[in-house]
Amino acid sequence: MHIKDTFPELYQIRRRPLSIEGVRARLTNKRGREFWQSLEELAATEEFEELLHREFPQHASEWDEGTDRRTFLKLMGASLALAGLAGCSYQPPETIVPYVRQPEGIVPGKPLFFATAMPWTGGAAPLLVRSNMGRPTKVEGNDLHPASQGAADVFSQASILGLYDPDRSETIINRGEVRTYTAFLGEISTALEAQKTKQGAGLRFLTETVTSPTLAAQLRDILRNFPGARWYQWEPAGGNNASLGVRQSVGDFATSIYNFAAADRVLALDSNLLECGPGSLRYARDFASRRRPADGDPREISRLYVVETTPTNTGFFADNRLAVKPSEFEGIVRAVAAGVGAGGAGTSPGGPAAEFVNAVVADLKAHAGASLVVAGDEQPPIIHALAHQMNAALGGVGKTVSFVEPLEENPTDQLNELRTLLGEIDAGAVEILVVVGGNPVHTTPADLKLDEARMKKVPLTVHLGLYEDETSELSQWHIPETHFLEAWGDTRAFDGTVTIIQPLITPLYSGKSAHELLAAFTDQPDRKGYDILRQYWLTQGRASLMSAGASNAAGTPSAASVGAASTGGTQGGMTNGVAATGGATTGATAGGGQASSARAAGAGTLTAGATQAGAATSSSASATPEFEMAWRKALNDGFVSNTARKPKNVSVSANAATSGAASAGTQAGVAGVAPVTGVAPAPLANGGAGAFEIVFRTDPSIYDGRFANNGWLQELPKPLTKLTWDNVAIVSPATAERLGVGDTPDGAVAWDSPKRVNRITAKGGELRVELLRLTFKGRRVDNAPVFILPGQPDDVVTVHFGYGRKRSGRVGGNEHDKSVRGFDAYALRTSDAMWSGAGLGVEKTGEDYPLASTQIHFQMEGRDIVRAGTFAEWTHDPELAPESERKRPPEAAGETRTPPEGDTLYPPYDYSEHEDEGLRGYKWGMAIDVSTCVGCNACVVACQAENNIAVVGKEQVARSREMHWIRVDAYFRGAVERPDGVYFMPVPCMHCENAPCEGVCPVHATVHSAEGINEMVYNRCVGTRYCSNNCPYKVRRFNFLLYQDWETPSYKLMRNPEVSVRSRGVMEKCTYCIQRIEYAKIEAEKQGRKVRDGEIVTACQQTCPTEAIVFGDLNDPASRVAKLQAQKRNYGLLADLNTRPRTTYLASVRNPNEALPAGKEGKA
Amino acid sequence: MQVFHRSTNTIAKVSIFGGVFIVAASLWVLAEINRSSYNTGQFIEVQQPVQFSHKHHVGDDGIDCRYCHTSVETSNTASIPPTKTCMNCHSQIWADSAYLEIVRASYRDNKPIEWTRVHDLPDYVYFNHSIHVNKGVGCASCHGRVDQMPMVYQAASLQMEWCLACHRAPERFLRPKEKITDMAWNIEADLGEGVAADPFNLLAENKAESRVKLGLQLKQEYRVRNARVLTSCSTCHR
Repeated sequence: MHIKDTFPELYQIRRRPLSIEGVRARLTNKRGREFWQSLEELAATEEFEELLHREFPQHASEWDEGTDRRTFLKLMGASLALAGLAGCSYQPPETIVPYVRQPEGIVPGKPLFFATAMPWTGGAAPLLVRSNMGRPTKVEGNDLHPASQGAADVFSQASILGLYDPDRSETIINRGEVRTYTAFLGEISTALEAQKTKQGAGLRFLTETVTSPTLAAQLRDILRNFPGARWYQWEPAGGNNASLGVRQSVGDFATSIYNFAAADRVLALDSNLLECGPGSLRYARDFASRRRPADGDPREISRLYVVETTPTNTGFFADNRLAVKPSEFEGIVRAVAAGVGAGGAGTSPGGPAAEFVNAVVADLKAHAGASLVVAGDEQPPIIHALAHQMNAALGGVGKTVSFVEPLEENPTDQLNELRTLLGEIDAGAVEILVVVGGNPVHTTPADLKLDEARMKKVPLTVHLGLYEDETSELSQWHIPETHFLEAWGDTRAFDGTVTIIQPLITPLYSGKSAHELLAAFTDQPDRKGYDILRQYWLTQGRASLMSAGASNAAGTPSAASVGAASTGGTQGGMTNGVAATGGATTGATAGGGQASSARAAGAGTLTAGATQAGAATSSSASATPEFEMAWRKALNDGFVSNTARKPKNVSVSANAATSGAASAGTQAGVAGVAPVTGVAPAPLANGGAGAFEIVFRTDPSIYDGRFANNGWLQELPKPLTKLTWDNVAIVSPATAERLGVGDTPDGAVAWDSPKRVNRITAKGGELRVELLRLTFKGRRVDNAPVFILPGQPDDVVTVHFGYGRKRSGRVGGNEHDKSVRGFDAYALRTSDAMWSGAGLGVEKTGEDYPLASTQIHFQMEGRDIVRAGTFAEWTHDPELAPESERKRPPEAAGETRTPPEGDTLYPPYDYSEHEDEGLRGYKWGMAIDVSTCVGCNACVVACQAENNIAVVGKEQVARSREMHWIRVDAYFRGAVERPDGVYFMPVPCMHCENAPCEGVCPVHATVHSAEGINEMVYNRCVGTRYCSNNCPYKVRRFNFLLYQDWETPSYKLMRNPEVSVRSRGVMEKCTYCIQRIEYAKIEAEKQGRKVRDGEIVTACQQTCPTEAIVFGDLNDPASRVAKLQAQKRNYGLLADLNTRPRTTYLASVRNPNEALPAGKEGKA
Repeated sequence: MQVFHRSTNTIAKVSIFGGVFIVAASLWVLAEINRSSYNTGQFIEVQQPVQFSHKHHVGDDGIDCRYCHTSVETSNTASIPPTKTCMNCHSQIWADSAYLEIVRASYRDNKPIEWTRVHDLPDYVYFNHSIHVNKGVGCASCHGRVDQMPMVYQAASLQMEWCLACHRAPERFLRPKEKITDMAWNIEADLGEGVAADPFNLLAENKAESRVKLGLQLKQEYRVRNARVLTSCSTCHR
């Protein structure tokens, strides 16, 4: 009998709805509770209260795998016996396998770091990858690279899991059968033979956006041999609108580069620049450098205005935010543009929007020359054009924004190209279609779908991809692609800096890189990626490589390549190498990651020895020693310095914005073949039209679907919704009310039905929501779970791409085993509504769906958690502490509610080792600046990668069993309908001085170290979970089940060898990256010195794009962390509990415009 | 009427005493088994693919430890030498010996020799050779007189109490850095191989006053951290 049957009441899902009205009432009545995390908290339903009072929510600790009591007892008996035996077990004998000939540069046991990059449309993420004995184990930002300065984003952090993904395609598949590459080459050469007679008129290449100089050169070579062939590019997201917008405003393709460090006022137009994508890491860092108020520094921090159509990190981080419907967006932008004297006349919007527009216009004008307008990649070209005109009108061009040669090798209108390609396929003009990367069958818009019929129509289709996906299923040939950590290549960073992709490991499976695949279309089909790359840089790219090498002594900025140097050096910091990237913000990390570890050049000797040897002979003819030096330097640094794109001398055309949309045309198409126009499907029964508007966005975790099979990213709580493993239809609270979502499907509970919103169940973090049917332009999706997110504009539904994958993998889901995850938003996307559109119909389906959200977990019960204030408030009161935490009335002045140091029964710890010799011991600590945390989640993934943290799956997340050691809490502030913003707060273990967890452990598995670290000793832990029960911060994580995959061979390669892999029944938590501390300590002590400040960089700190996390020695008053903790806005979380946390926070300071409502409101 | 015979009184007393005794004895037996070489692998000679004799190479030929174990001063692992290191000499000496065919085959076929691990710590222990060597802990202190071992065996128990014996009072085991690889070094010859062979360090504690004096001096000089730091869990467990 199942436990469910014995105790049915435990399993009853209590459906008590929460009502928006109740929420509102609470907010108006309770002035004290200004910050909130979720609607459920505000509504304070009975279930929620119950949730709060539990260590782990109900059932979180229950083993529910359908085992009945008898089996359970049997298993228990057996495991008891086995446990006894296991204690006596012999360790199995291990072997040591040394090299036969040890490669130069390898010291067994010591990690090596190689510079490489993750290619990305809007600019590659420059990386430094750690290699443990030939296995890449951790991705970090390349701190030498101007586009990264050491930061990395969630996608590149998680790419290490992508490399070792056991679901990656391993073999070449031809029409369902495994074949060899030779067979493929044979078929291609036959087909090419036939093409030669007609100049390749039937040959088509479909790539993603190409930013690789070598790949573009290869494609151009092929097109030269086959003049009739065509190369098209398609990517569902990225900067294509931005390029088109620039073309519209300056007359030619160019890439706009922003300098946030020079911007006092920033207006973001639906731009999620603080999401910290691979291309905007530098932007985030520059922006953050202007957002750090410091004691004694009266300079005003910058101000960020955001107008947006759906909530984003950027919008909620903004000082003033305006949420509008997509249909109203252009009007607002035009009004602002008209106000600052750009574009045509704009009609002034009414209501609060007018107030906002006026305030923004006045402020931007007042800071002309130091203001910046940024438009989001998703916005149509016209918005970009308007933004550039505003920048021109405000005198920002050359100061806060500059235009350079386009980042893309061949900038085009991708939608147009797709249209042309499909037209050619329909006309039967395409005989060979080569899809190089990407998954166009899934990602093309619904009315321009590269569907089965079209794929079948092409006689020969080839797909190169990491996975066997929707496209490969319909292709005749599927070639497994090499991961970027396995292959040679090159790409460009956001400013155009050429960045070399260097492999860390030989391909795990018999993959081919894009370069190698394209070689099949030349007369040297067997050329290796390394040869192709090197040949390019030996010949075509030689000049730029050599000039970089010649002028590059110690990274001195070369004025020659910095055209904008004359404009007050604003550009200098961006385009140059190490020396120029200084400034106050980067000082501490420079030399941090590398000081203690050798950075290795020339991976050729390690990972591709044979390849390199071959290359040396084939290209030695022109490889002079100077070239060799420059080449090695490029490999060592990961980039070719001074190759940032040359500034373009452009003038922003004043009337571009009024000239309408960019001219569409069938450029490059075959004569006589008309491009397809979007085909509308047969009308739906209900007409399909609706009163709502839809907004499409890429998913914050799995992007356009390419990371669907990445467990780390799937389980990463999305920045604002904190949802995992699903995509949802986001609506505003008022819209939810209007839709009446929240009705129980069976209608059993009928009371106050239209008011019902999300329900939480007694099962903890599981959220049961209703499924919506979305109909848009005659197409529909039947299974979109509704999610209510405050701050969403009313009557607007936001959906994210990437889910609903029909053919992905064990993690991402498959159609054939009915494990499809989420719904496919591409099914609603049309070529005339690429990012938003009106006329969406929304209906309730009456079905329930469980969501796994972490937002309602681990509550802190509305205490003094987030301290925040405006810049004006901070100048008067740098502490920003709430009244309750201030001085206690009659007692000694200066005393706060935080108890004095000795106020504990335990003896104090002594960290003064060697004090008599002038050598103090260490006292590790961390400071987290809430002012600059933008909630991008990079720290969460970095921690997961560094510390071998397991993925638990959706069902376990719903039981609050996620294992992340650091979480990013999002606290909303203000009214439900119009929250002022969200405060992001990364919460790792606090490493309390008086740690509540330590005292309650019966087996001393968690203890205080001599350097103040709250240690977790896995091999002592017996899993009582008392520590977690007693932790006020809820940062301890328990392995309820065996979450680690001990079997899959590839995962064994992935793990960090310096961190224990935890098993079932063990508690774990943040260790301050103890392995890095010990490594640095050992290296320092061998040299007889102390660890230098900045030498130890924790994984979260290392990756943080905004440098919000700082770690170091509190005993050293000169350390960065000690200085930060001495700031007046420093405070300890729940310090009144006398835990004396080592990790402290710096109060958030924002700079809202006093003229706008949000700015007028007082603080707590 | 007496139900039980008088002798049952004695039996009862004996069995109560016996019960306690049996429990104590079995605990003692368990502890002994736990510390025995059956459990720890101490003193057990390990078969290797090539019967490499440290006694010959170190003791007779006088090759320094670091000739083969190159990374012992810089890395966490001392490292097992690549086949190339063997062939440095054995392409000249004993170049035709049938005994060394495995080594030559490895070099020829580029196939590593798979050695059996002798000193195997649990996976949750992160031992670092370099810091010990750099702070004056000699090779022989843990590995014993390798120069007298025709086949290498584990000279110490490698149990945690053995580690802690030194981490609690490193001064009893430190030696001058220039004597690190000296197998026979001892002060006043009153310790001999006792350190490695005596897991409980009874010899060291009882006999070595001059040794401790030197150790304290070296501890100061090499800035060896105090016992609180050295016995923090995270020093070895991560």
